[in-house]
Amino acid sequence: MEKGSWKVKTGLAQMLKGGVIMDVVTAEQAKIAEDAGACAVMALERVPADIRASGGVARMADPTIITAIMETVSIPVMAKCRIGHFVEAQVLEALGVDFIDESEVLTPADESHHVWKHDFKVPFVCGCRDLGEALRRIAEGAAMIRTKGEAGTGNIVEAVRHMRAVQDEIHKLQSLPEEELVAEAKALGAPFELVLEVHNTGKLPVVNFAAGGIATPADAALMMQLGAEGVFVGSGIFKSSDPPVRARAIVKATTHYQDPSIIAEVSKGLGIAMSGLDIKAIPKEELLATRGW
Amino acid sequence: MRIGILALQGDFAEHIAMLSRLGVDAFPVRLPSQLNNLDGLVIPGGESTTISRLIAEYALAKPIRELAYQGLPIWGTCAGMVLLAKEITNSPNGTLGIMDIRVERNAFGRQVDSFEADLPIPALGNHPFSGVFIRAPIIEQAGPKVEILCQLPDGTIVAARDKNCLACSFHPELTDDLRFHEYFLNLTKEGVFAKRNH
Repeated sequence: MEKGSWKVKTGLAQMLKGGVIMDVVTAEQAKIAEDAGACAVMALERVPADIRASGGVARMADPTIITAIMETVSIPVMAKCRIGHFVEAQVLEALGVDFIDESEVLTPADESHHVWKHDFKVPFVCGCRDLGEALRRIAEGAAMIRTKGEAGTGNIVEAVRHMRAVQDEIHKLQSLPEEELVAEAKALGAPFELVLEVHNTGKLPVVNFAAGGIATPADAALMMQLGAEGVFVGSGIFKSSDPPVRARAIVKATTHYQDPSIIAEVSKGLGIAMSGLDIKAIPKEELLATRGW
Repeated sequence: MRIGILALQGDFAEHIAMLSRLGVDAFPVRLPSQLNNLDGLVIPGGESTTISRLIAEYALAKPIRELAYQGLPIWGTCAGMVLLAKEITNSPNGTLGIMDIRVERNAFGRQVDSFEADLPIPALGNHPFSGVFIRAPIIEQAGPKVEILCQLPDGTIVAARDKNCLACSFHPELTDDLRFHEYFLNLTKEGVFAKRNH
């Protein structure tokens, strides 16, 4: 019997596919998310929109909040640690969370290195803006990838940019002759073995979700049609006027992402979506997606 | 042969890939209208609460139950086993309630307790089967007519068959071993559904 193997880590990500992972800050919100059909929840102290508004250093959530959420729901519970903060990751593993998000939404603890994720039994998900970044994280042991988008903005444009970048680079790798793969690995800044694997299979070696800026059922379906295998919704649900209704609608739109008549039906009467931010209005140093290396 | 894979959430694509390797027409099922003319139905791994909610939202429970009683072979892996069970220990009630088994969800603990183990499954031959258990359920109790297909060394039941229905705690669709999928396809050659088509 082998616990914490690569197969069971990547396997949990495979079980989450086609689902919606929702940010929650209380046990009550976690229950609303579970009842709405979330396939997992992300336990946080503040949703990204509030982190963005309040500034300062954003850290791992108080274990009290994470534990309360774990005791309330039966679906998997994820929690975020700062980039490179392997002790926060150790703490989250000791708490028994099901997945750790080494996240650019929190203030990075290490500006050169991410956590060496192979040392852990618990699986990790990491953000990416392009294929090179995705493959670097997988090399470090990430069992799941998500596009970064620009968290806490309610603006889908960055998630679309990052998903298209990943897909375009995968298509390019597939079409390259083998003798050009080493140079391409150098250009991507990614390990050759993983570049070769993508060249051969035409997909990432792990599950890839979309995140950052999803606020409506149509946003979720857009990311699914662009190739995401599921979605994270951060501020988009609990910063809207009617969270349970919007949560249910986004779950349905993610399952039926290829069926515009169902997306139309679930988009009716959802109340007011979270107010969005124009990415150009955000000072460069306040962009979250550029964190991570 | 047409095998539908319930594709509301979870690892349905992995089942489709395995069955396609066996030369079967395997396709996703999301709405009741897609349940017509099936030779078998697979309920994949995923989150049972999510799948359960979407089954209710799109009125899939009644037609799936009717097909089961008519003899359609149905196979649930992990979450699929939870959904097929008549009784669930740590949850209010069964969603489909088709198999005469009582299931405990997340019976081994949280994700850090997920594991791989080689399993003896006599129905699949002498060679052990690689079992991938992810936040897996177990069968706590099985009715008198249920055939036990696999037990862990401590006696825990992790795979069983009740007439035309099959359930396992682990994920054959995450391995390269096609034997469990072949075993399921053999069920489709028995019973009324086979007579209709062959």
